[in-house]
Amino acid sequence: MNAAMILFRRELRSYFATPLAYVFIVIFLLLAGSFTFFLGGFYERGQADLLPFFSFHPWLYLFLVPALSMRLWAEERKSGSVELLMTLPLTLLQAVLGKFLAAWAFTGIALALTFPMWLSVNYLGDPDNGAILAAYLGSLLMAGAFLAIGACISATTRNQVVAFILTVVVCFGFLLSGFPLVLELFRDWAPQLLVDTIASFSFLTHFSSISKGVIDLRDLLYFGAVIAAWLAANVVVLDLKKAE
Amino acid sequence: MIETQSVSKRFGSLLAVDQLSFSVSPGEVLGFLGPNGAGKSTTMKMITGFIAPSEGRILVYGHDVENDPIQCKRQIGYLPEGAPSYGEMNPLAFLEFIADLRGLQGTIRRQRLDYVIDRLALGSVLKQSIDTLSKGFKRRVGLAQAVLHDPRVLILDEPTDGLDPNQKHEVRDLIRDMSSDKIIVISTHILEEVEAVCNRAMIISRGKLLADDTPANLAAQSPGHNTVHLVMGNSSQAAELATELEQLDPPPRVERLEDGLSLKAIPPAGREILPQLQQVLVNKGWAPSQLFVERGKLDDVFRSITTGGRP
Repeated sequence: MNAAMILFRRELRSYFATPLAYVFIVIFLLLAGSFTFFLGGFYERGQADLLPFFSFHPWLYLFLVPALSMRLWAEERKSGSVELLMTLPLTLLQAVLGKFLAAWAFTGIALALTFPMWLSVNYLGDPDNGAILAAYLGSLLMAGAFLAIGACISATTRNQVVAFILTVVVCFGFLLSGFPLVLELFRDWAPQLLVDTIASFSFLTHFSSISKGVIDLRDLLYFGAVIAAWLAANVVVLDLKKAE
Repeated sequence: MIETQSVSKRFGSLLAVDQLSFSVSPGEVLGFLGPNGAGKSTTMKMITGFIAPSEGRILVYGHDVENDPIQCKRQIGYLPEGAPSYGEMNPLAFLEFIADLRGLQGTIRRQRLDYVIDRLALGSVLKQSIDTLSKGFKRRVGLAQAVLHDPRVLILDEPTDGLDPNQKHEVRDLIRDMSSDKIIVISTHILEEVEAVCNRAMIISRGKLLADDTPANLAAQSPGHNTVHLVMGNSSQAAELATELEQLDPPPRVERLEDGLSLKAIPPAGREILPQLQQVLVNKGWAPSQLFVERGKLDDVFRSITTGGRP
């Protein structure tokens, strides 16, 4: 078996060996539910779709994903187990991938557990299930992008709280870059190209079309590229900082 | 075979390891001695590929640690300082994880797991999370992990730290049992441990190699080595013996103690005095009530080497 997969299994199991997994899942489901019904006006809209559910995911992830990613490397560096891991016969890339994929699979499990939402909307009406599936896929991809950012930042420090705060700030920047408020600031004076570039870096912009069920290859590529870039950075950071 | 070739490691302005060159062959149990911060752990981290040397290179059975890290890491079993592991796992799951990463399969995997669990007496705690184990058990889990794949090279950073005397004894037995065909490098503060398990000792201080010899030869550099202590039957015998001893070749330094009966014969460095002394006793027909020969202490040698002066 590939070393990354062996590490993946260990990591995924370790989530469920501590209360972390259960706390995370319960909070995630509670928040996702209450945002959908109270803030999103799920019933009041009178439409059989899950838009109110998905539109809050970026904000939910903004705080929950850093809580998950902060320990990925910071904890290993703090406890010294990174020395054990890095002297076992596996490459840096395998280590980074194994850990990232386990965290991603875990968020996938949390996301999958929102299925009662899907059952409700199917019970109440006749939604476009293809669009819902696409939105789930988009949400998972966005979670992966948040996680990749968090994993890389976690490798820069031994302190999990520092990793959490930095990750929230960086992720907030990625969300905010597509916000009308920010774009209006630039639109008045900056060339259209710059405004477009900033907007194109936005998670919100890329997620908004997917959350409506429109799968655009460019959006998928965007999230894929963000994940790949941050994981590559993670490998570099780990190589430089692992022994400090 | 491990070879380090002019290896140096710099952390900022601190030179942690300074032009260290040595090689270790199978069958050797090498003890790294040195004060805290001498560069022992840093050297071990470089051999195991955790950190890269600033200069020089390290070969493990011909594989360059920097260019061919995976091949090197396969050959090495490593117990890092403090025996870190994954606290939320239990020892069985942890060892199975290591076995998988080490590529052990089938019956060999089963056999090796059974062997290390038995050998390090982990059977009673297999299902307890490592976080809840005592320091001694944590250390043994770390050791089990290091020897699991029966590596050709074992690097153990303070393997008996935190163990009680019985457990220390067990671990030393384990190291001795494995030593015949392996390269074993251990670091320790406990000098008696070096005498118990190592057949070679290196004293390192401020990143520099200061001494490299067998523990017995190092101990022999101690000033008190081979000193003979005697207690004679009466003070006239003691006085006469003192004058006789000064005629010997090589002449020892003779010291008489205040009780008038006891005396010490200190031979010149690296020489023996006992056979000549016994000849004198036989010729005179004297029987001392006590006689013992002092062995050199590694402690004294260690102290004098690492604090600057020669012994």
